[in-house]
Amino acid sequence: MERHVRLQDHADASLTAWVSMSESQQKQKSGGGSGGESTGSAEGGKKLAKKGEALKEEMDALMDEIDEVLEENAEEFVKNYVQRGGE
Amino acid sequence: MAIPKVMGTEIEYGITVKNDRDFDPISSCVLLVNAYREERAAKILWDYDQENPLADARGFQVDGEKYTPNQQENIARNKTLENGARYYVDHAHPEYSCPEVTNPRDLVIHEKAGERIVEISRREACALLPEGMQMLIHKNNSDHKGNSYGSHENYLMDRRTSFKQIVEHLMPFFVSRQVYAGAGKVGSENRAQRCDYQLSQRADFFETEVALDTMVKRPIINTRDEPHADREKYRRLHVIVGDANMSEYTIWLRQGTTALVLSMIEDGAIGRDLSLRDPVRAIKEVSHDPGLGCTVELQNGKRLTAVQLQAEYLELAKRYATGRQLEPWAAEILQEWERVLSALERDPLELADRIDWIAKRVMIESFMQRKGVDWDSPQVQMLDLQYHDLRPEKGLYYLLERQGQVRRMVTDAEIARAVTEPPEDTRAYFRGHCLKRYGDQVFGVNWDSISFGIGDEPIKRVLMAEPLKGSKAHVADLLLRSKDAAELVKNLRA
Repeated sequence: MERHVRLQDHADASLTAWVSMSESQQKQKSGGGSGGESTGSAEGGKKLAKKGEALKEEMDALMDEIDEVLEENAEEFVKNYVQRGGE
Repeated sequence: MAIPKVMGTEIEYGITVKNDRDFDPISSCVLLVNAYREERAAKILWDYDQENPLADARGFQVDGEKYTPNQQENIARNKTLENGARYYVDHAHPEYSCPEVTNPRDLVIHEKAGERIVEISRREACALLPEGMQMLIHKNNSDHKGNSYGSHENYLMDRRTSFKQIVEHLMPFFVSRQVYAGAGKVGSENRAQRCDYQLSQRADFFETEVALDTMVKRPIINTRDEPHADREKYRRLHVIVGDANMSEYTIWLRQGTTALVLSMIEDGAIGRDLSLRDPVRAIKEVSHDPGLGCTVELQNGKRLTAVQLQAEYLELAKRYATGRQLEPWAAEILQEWERVLSALERDPLELADRIDWIAKRVMIESFMQRKGVDWDSPQVQMLDLQYHDLRPEKGLYYLLERQGQVRRMVTDAEIARAVTEPPEDTRAYFRGHCLKRYGDQVFGVNWDSISFGIGDEPIKRVLMAEPLKGSKAHVADLLLRSKDAAELVKNLRA
């Protein structure tokens, strides 16, 4: 049970799945399930736009951090990355 | 009735040393594994007497030389850890075999503890390298140049289930489960058809349906018959088809669905023929199709997508679960399996926070968009590689985790505990605690045995043929009563 609560917390912070996931959660809550479509209300639209913004911000933050940590000399690194077959 | 699905994984990691012109993987592996300091592990042998990798599940013994290192080499290459795991050098890769667990969630905890242990030893090993050099470890399965190394899953099965049944019902499941179990890969290799991105790290490497080999002509189903338990009662299904996953959810779902399908096979609950016309071809076609639209042909001429194939298994599993007392973890697996399959049908992007190949793809595509580069860019290949990097500050999966963008299944505290503590409900508990309590007197270890060197007496080997015996409930009191190994052996005989 405790784990479930945690999962929800993380789901809220998730990135690309943001929009569609919160939709599907709503669907579950409303108990419909079979082929329910997302609400087209103005409020819903506003919510989505807001989430879209949040999403873009999160993605930007992620890309900035990737720029910082991505291995320098990627070309050389990738070229030199050779492993022996295993198992 | 199906037997409890005791399980474990063995992960071979990629290893490299930056700025080392004479990089030698084997000596680097030895350095790495020995850099992990658990005092008691330093002098314990791995017991090769108990190994038989050349026994074939189809009922014969393959000719070949069994590898047995000398004592010094044995100790240098093998570490049995207090958490019940084996950490060792396998050919040219460091390998971590987690202790036996009883459920997918514990499996996640212990596989993740393995990542921590390898990372701890990597840091220690780096301190021993000449200045300017740095050891890097990747939890992946290929170098993108045609070399692959494995991440294997093990499941305890009932010996009475015929191997033929297992092969028949598992093959279509393995071909299709990559839609949620794939770790994702940029490009293709091993003479497979060109592609930008594919679901699986491993699919390009499978060349045959069923065989004993793991290193050449890799089979989708491996026949190694080495139960590491009572051979009359059990088999250990050695699954080599999977990817090394980073996502906790992916690991959890992969283990749970597979264990469930194996239970169904034991109970004869797959009464539908889903056999594929050409599984070796199909596994590649499915992997090369991130759009998930391609269909594969069944023996009966029908064509299904991989997601539809999985949905067939799910439906059978739901029917199987009805009115049956399944293992406690199964209900949640069923629920999430269904959720994942319907999301895959609808829009795979919904799963970008939990399925490895999707999380990786979304990250790479965002990067490509921002930088205006394409799939052939070395930076894109670097992203793919770095997703699996074990350095917490550099690994891109860990970056996603830090930013709260991937769904956790377990806590950091649980993982940290599993670095030193064995699971409590399998024989790993006995193994781990024997090392903790009587480490100086432990002579050798294997999965199903532990032997003690007590003074000048002959070596005493304790056999553990039952994976579920030796749990805390069984032996905590015994261990408490035995202040040294001599007493333990005496009490065991009493």
